[in-house]
Amino acid sequence: MEASLQMEFWRNGPQPGALYNFPGSQIWNQNEPTKRTLYPSVTGTSVLGLKFNDGVVIAGDKLGSYGSMARFRDLSRVLKVNDQVVVGASGDYADYQFLSEIIEQRVIEEECLNDGFGYTPSSLFSWLTRVMYNRRSNINPLWNTYVVAGWENNAPFLGYVDKIGTAYQAPTISSGYGAYIAQPLLRDALEKKPNMNVKDAIETIDRCMKVLYYRDARSLNKYELAIVTKDGVEIRSPVTSQPNWEIAHLIKGYE
Amino acid sequence: MAAVEGPMPGFSFENCIRNRHLEKIGHKAPTAYKTGTTIAGIIYKDGVVLGADTRATEDTVVADKNCSKIHYLADNMYCCGAGTAADTEMTTQMISSQLELHKLNTGRKPRVATANRLLKQMLFRYQGHISAALVLGGVDVTGPHLYSIHPHGSTDKLPYVTMGSGSLAAMATFEDRFKPNMEKDEAMKLVRDAIAAGIFNDLGSGSNVDICVITKDKVEYLRPFDEANIKGKREGNYGYKRGSTAVVSTEVKKIPFEVVATQVVSGTEAMDTA
Repeated sequence: MEASLQMEFWRNGPQPGALYNFPGSQIWNQNEPTKRTLYPSVTGTSVLGLKFNDGVVIAGDKLGSYGSMARFRDLSRVLKVNDQVVVGASGDYADYQFLSEIIEQRVIEEECLNDGFGYTPSSLFSWLTRVMYNRRSNINPLWNTYVVAGWENNAPFLGYVDKIGTAYQAPTISSGYGAYIAQPLLRDALEKKPNMNVKDAIETIDRCMKVLYYRDARSLNKYELAIVTKDGVEIRSPVTSQPNWEIAHLIKGYE
Repeated sequence: MAAVEGPMPGFSFENCIRNRHLEKIGHKAPTAYKTGTTIAGIIYKDGVVLGADTRATEDTVVADKNCSKIHYLADNMYCCGAGTAADTEMTTQMISSQLELHKLNTGRKPRVATANRLLKQMLFRYQGHISAALVLGGVDVTGPHLYSIHPHGSTDKLPYVTMGSGSLAAMATFEDRFKPNMEKDEAMKLVRDAIAAGIFNDLGSGSNVDICVITKDKVEYLRPFDEANIKGKREGNYGYKRGSTAVVSTEVKKIPFEVVATQVVSGTEAMDTA
């Protein structure tokens, strides 16, 4: 009885009930350099994704915000991996650049093997999930949310991977503020028209990007579109949506 | 001794030190009964359309599946409320009674701008501690008006407004499809769709859609307007059919009893339920 009460729960860890210096808290040696991601600096806002009957379309605006400053207005947050896969990123732009170089290098290595195999959307999605979850488990995340889209097995593919490793697939995906503002619109559009063609899909995405420009304070009305079908990848950049300020003359004062 | 003092104006903060001390010991204060909520309003050709969902939440539990969030202020104005349920209910009732007295005093139908002023002046006085976010709409002699009022007392006068946890979903619907001077059916459908967007995409909102259409001459209070979440009908039955268990023998026994006393009670006397 005595021996079991004195049994260790774990070694080198916090004592139950005691304070613990969780990594990332302010209390660390001031002379030591920071060895993990603390906060994002240049950030991209929402990325939207929508499956239609013959493929999938994703979009992300071209803004890199430096806090509340609209610093870089011509960034590309959509990457063509190969003829079947595209990836869109939101969150820290530096972490996206780091990962996109790694992805491009891996694609080259795949080509060098010359065995007829390349990255499929689900294989890239799987790899990305493992990378993100692994980084998160070491409390050193890549501060991004990725939207993976592509064409596989004669069907469109659309998936979402978070900075904490949350990963799922759905017919409509949106990251950041898009999840609150655009996702209801995308879901409703798909419910009303389950078999959209590419024109309808692009028009739906354009409507959502317009609403995001109205209501997301860190957005731009210039964006990039990537369309993946069985025939390959098409990237349209830049696309500008026209905001409608017709109601402005109706508003005078606040009471 | 001094005469009885009237109530001090403003919010009484005397319990704050005690509450902070209690929290430090470990006694957490009871959480407020919030409404979660999606509420919205638009101005259309002939007046105002207000809409609300009907779910009231207590943290992560649904406390009321069908509560009414569109409150009466006057015959020509109604107010949707989001935030703490008690705060929205009591605030609207207070201003409603003030408006009635004002109407009797002036002999005129109350104006929406008056209700707006009364609400914002009260909420500002309480510095945001009254957690009531309101969508106030009505039609008066000067026309249809729509205001959104925040808990700290700021107001916005707009052609379309949304409040509550589902406000982003509802606002996305409005930004996509609002046009000035819509027809009544179009306006009602748009408000219904905005509230539905909140109901299906926000966890704090749910159940049905209530709508209130206010015009110069009448008010249509449609509750429920759209029962978007009807409870499913049970398909199977777990009851056992007669004959599942074999009956071996049956015996009917009469329970013997004596009549001790009889009393005739007159039918008009009511039951004593005190």
